[in-house]
Amino acid sequence: MQTIINAISEKHPDAITKQCDAQGICEITIAADAFLEVMKFLHENKPFPFDMLTDILSIDRMPRTPRFDVVYLLLSTKNFTRIIVRTEIGEGQEIPSVSRIWHSADWAEREVFDLMGILFSNHPGLRRILTWENFEGHPLRKDFPLEGKDFDKPFDTTTIQDYC
Amino acid sequence: MTESKTITLNMGPHHPATHGVLRLIVELDGETIVKATPHIGYLHRGIEKIAESKLFQQVIPLTDRLDYSAASANNIGYCIAAEKLLGLEVPKRAQYLRVIMAEFARIMGHHLWIGTHALDIGAMTVIFYAFRDREMIMDINEEIAGYRLTPTFFRIGGVAQDTTSEFIKKVRAFVKWFPKAMEGYHTLLTKNKIWTTRTMNIGKISAEEAVNYGLTGPSLRGSGVAYDVRKAFPYSSYEDFDFQIPVGENGDVYDRYLVRMEEFKQSINIISQAIENLPEGPVQTDSPWITNPRTVDVQNDISALIRRFMMHTKGPAAPKGEVYAAVEGAKGELGFYLVGDGTEHPYRLKIRSSCFYLASALPRLLVGHMVADAIAIIGSLDVVLGEIDR
Repeated sequence: MQTIINAISEKHPDAITKQCDAQGICEITIAADAFLEVMKFLHENKPFPFDMLTDILSIDRMPRTPRFDVVYLLLSTKNFTRIIVRTEIGEGQEIPSVSRIWHSADWAEREVFDLMGILFSNHPGLRRILTWENFEGHPLRKDFPLEGKDFDKPFDTTTIQDYC
Repeated sequence: MTESKTITLNMGPHHPATHGVLRLIVELDGETIVKATPHIGYLHRGIEKIAESKLFQQVIPLTDRLDYSAASANNIGYCIAAEKLLGLEVPKRAQYLRVIMAEFARIMGHHLWIGTHALDIGAMTVIFYAFRDREMIMDINEEIAGYRLTPTFFRIGGVAQDTTSEFIKKVRAFVKWFPKAMEGYHTLLTKNKIWTTRTMNIGKISAEEAVNYGLTGPSLRGSGVAYDVRKAFPYSSYEDFDFQIPVGENGDVYDRYLVRMEEFKQSINIISQAIENLPEGPVQTDSPWITNPRTVDVQNDISALIRRFMMHTKGPAAPKGEVYAAVEGAKGELGFYLVGDGTEHPYRLKIRSSCFYLASALPRLLVGHMVADAIAIIGSLDVVLGEIDR
C-alpha cells in the first residue's frame, strides 16, 4: 500500500494532503485539482488495479468550510485490498465525475447529487434518483428538516418529467 | 417524415415480476429491447436520515427493513460497524450464533429468489417446495428471537439471548432435512430442458464488466470472480469455518442460478459446523453501557434499574471517528459506513447496498434480449427494492 502512495506522491507531489489508517483500511485525502488524475492512476495501478468502485458517499460537515466530504471506497478484486479516497468540497463547487472510469459511479454520483446536492461535472445524466423530479432540497444535508420541507403540501403531479 | 420504429413499454412499478416496485421503461424494436431505463425510489424511506436522530441500538430494527428477505444478514453488518466504532469485542459464542442466523437468512433469501425466479419463468411448482422449507427457518427464527421474518436478534455487543434446547434441536433437524430438499429443487430445474433453454446464454456479463459495474455477491461470482467478503475480509469468526466459494464461468442467468444453488449447500455446511462447535460462554459483551441488565436484576437491584433506564433513554456515546464494515449479505457486499461525532446518535450512516448496483447494471444486461428474457434477468440478479431504495 505504501508503494502506491509513494507512486502517487512522485507523480503528483501536492495531491495527497493527509494519510491515515481507518480501522485497517488505508485512507488518503486528495486535493480537488489533482483528483481525477489520482483516480485514473489508482484504476490503472499495476499489478493490482483498484478495479471496483464499491461506493461513493458524502458527509455534511456544516458549518465547516469546505462544507462536504466526498468519500470513495475502492477495492482491488485481484488481491482484495481496499483504499478510501476522500476529497473536500465546498457548496456549489463541482467534482469531476469518475463514471467514465468505473461505471458503478454513474448511479452512485446521482445518489450523492440527489441526497446531498453535490455537483459532478461531465456526468452523463446527473438527475435525481431516489426522490422525484420536482422535489425541493437535498434530504441528507444537516439543515434539512427530518420530516421534509413539503410534508404538508399536496403532491404536484403536473411537473413530473419522464425520462425514456 | 421519418417513422419511429420502436415502441416504448412501461413495466412496473406494480408488476409482480419486478420483485417489488422496480419500474422499467423499455424501448422495443419488435420484441427486442433496444434501451432500458430503470426507475427506482418508490420505496425510499430515508433510513439513512432517520438513523441520524436515533440512538445507536435503535437503528438495528431499521436495518431489518433493507433486504427484508434476509433480515439477519443486514443486522450483522450494522452491529459490526457500531462495534468497530464503539471499540467492543463480541464473545465467541455470540459470534457463532450470529453466523448461524446470518446463514439462515441467506438461505431464506435464496428460497425467496428460487421460488419467484422459477415462477417468473413459468415453473410453478418450485415456489411451494421453497416456501415449505422457508417456513422451517421462520420457525427457528421464532424460537430464538420471537419474530419470524425480521428477527432483530442481534444487539450491539452480542445477541439478544442465549439458545434454548428446542432451538438446537430445530437447527439440527433442518440441517439433516435440507440436503434432501435440495435434491428436489435440482430435480425440478437443473436439467429441465425448458429451464436451461430459458436461462443459458441469457443476460451474459463478462468478469471485467461485472467488476466495473460494481456487481457483488452471487451475480459477480456467476461471472467467475471469486470475491466473497466472508473469505476476503473475514468477520464474526468466518475464518473458523471450512467452506467453498462457488463460481460460474459464463456469467449468464444459468450460472448465477448454479452459484446460488451451491451457496445453499455451503450455508448449510457452515451452520452444521457452527452448531456442532458452538463455544460456551456469554452471549453479550460485558460493558455497563451496552449490556441490557437481566430482568431479575432489574426487579431486585436499584442500580440495574437505573442502568436499564439510562440505556434506553440515553444509550452509548460513540467517539469521533469513521468506520466501514462490510458483510456478505444474501445479494452481495452490504456495507455500513458509520460516522460518530461524540454523541449518542450516528452523525452519518451510509448503507452500501448491493442491489443498488445490481439494478444499475440492468440497462447493460437487458439490451438485445427479448421482453420475456428481461423477466429472467431481473430474477437472476435477485434485486430487493427495500435495499435499493433504503
